[in-house]
Amino acid sequence: MRKTAALVIGGSAGSLDVLLKILPQISPNIGFSIIIVVHRKQGTDSLLSDLLSHRTALKVKEADEKEKINKGYIYIAPSDYHLLIEKDFTFSLDYSEKINYSRPSIDVTFQTAADAYGDQLACLLLSGSNADGVNGLISAKKNGGITLAQDPESAQVKYMPEQAILRANVSAVLKIEEMANYINSLSLNP
Amino acid sequence: MSQAGVISDEQVEILINDVLEHHGYDFTGYSRASLKRRLSRLYSLDKHLSFAEFRYKTLNDDVYFKHFVEGVTVNVTEMFRDPSFYRLLRKQILPNLNTYPFIRIWLAGCSTGEEAYSIAILLKELNLLQKSLIYATDINPTVLEKASNGMFPLSQMKSYSENYIAAGGIKDFSSYYSANYNLAKFDEELKRKMIFSTHNLVSDRSFNEFQLILCRNVLIYFDRPLQFRVLQLFDQSLENLGYLALGTKETIDFSPISATYKKVGTEKVWRKVGA
Repeated sequence: MRKTAALVIGGSAGSLDVLLKILPQISPNIGFSIIIVVHRKQGTDSLLSDLLSHRTALKVKEADEKEKINKGYIYIAPSDYHLLIEKDFTFSLDYSEKINYSRPSIDVTFQTAADAYGDQLACLLLSGSNADGVNGLISAKKNGGITLAQDPESAQVKYMPEQAILRANVSAVLKIEEMANYINSLSLNP
Repeated sequence: MSQAGVISDEQVEILINDVLEHHGYDFTGYSRASLKRRLSRLYSLDKHLSFAEFRYKTLNDDVYFKHFVEGVTVNVTEMFRDPSFYRLLRKQILPNLNTYPFIRIWLAGCSTGEEAYSIAILLKELNLLQKSLIYATDINPTVLEKASNGMFPLSQMKSYSENYIAAGGIKDFSSYYSANYNLAKFDEELKRKMIFSTHNLVSDRSFNEFQLILCRNVLIYFDRPLQFRVLQLFDQSLENLGYLALGTKETIDFSPISATYKKVGTEKVWRKVGA
């Protein structure tokens, strides 16, 4: 039976609104960790954590380097660092070159998460204007993970989820209204 | 281009072992996810046809090995990165060091030197440069050569100038360099107080005592045991009442040295307060 250990959500332009809509509906009893990587300006870290923590009963915190990843937490990738998942399920940070003009890069977190979690990973790619995250979805799928994209019709900026659907052969395409249910059901060994 | 999974976990360990045995560079304490990405990136960029070829060149070709070290370590840096940190240096920490007849600063992991020149500019504006020495070290001799040239891409100067102003700078930033084709060459005067030298934080010892040690965004690449060892090396190299500055996401909390250090302000700076 399949079990989800982590859900990584990536997004860029237009993704914050989606997060604000779906977080309140995510069950406080999910048995896995949620890791959020969104492109944004430098120096807005605490703002984003504050914003999201008001929308959920789950604990929201910025991912610290070498921190153990716990279930039932929502972790936010800090701005201007890549966020990587180690095999022992801790975070590490990396200030290397931007990938797809982005740091944090969604690809980096998806790919290292795919390495660490294998088939216990789910990845969701939201609205955005570049293709960061698509290669990561391909890696996640290859390692047996579930891959999801926002329905481009519901996205403020279609390009990112469109590229995901075009290139990554995603497991499912979700409208915003469908996301919370889908995420809650990941706890239940679908 | 996807670089994921080009190099396997087993191959990472093989390379770490090779490099330790044949070249004496110890990467065993590096965080694996990042190291694996760096190795995969290098493998793809250099267009190796097989892992065997990559391994052979790394083992046997000393010129290639220099390139390997440069590729595996992260050398992304900028001038006056995190302006609020440099403001603290300018307003509080460097003025406090004025009480010493001679100021010794260790910049560990200086990479291509952007931080060294930023600090030299602050020292000069505070009239401290003439009695200061900046020891800028890195594991990687190639970046030290670049650092000692003091030339950075002209295209970066606009953003560095903005950082400089955000860090409390009031001069015309362009007065510190002369434009030379697409490079900005920084004043020789700034460089006169810098000593560039290779130093490997993993294997080399303390080599002096300092009043200020900066090591920003280096420890994030190390695992916890290695981070603690390096922090102890800094502790041995820091005078009492000296300052230790780390990157914005790094900390000495929970480390063996934390009991004898006190945090300064909201930045990642600690002062050694003695046992």
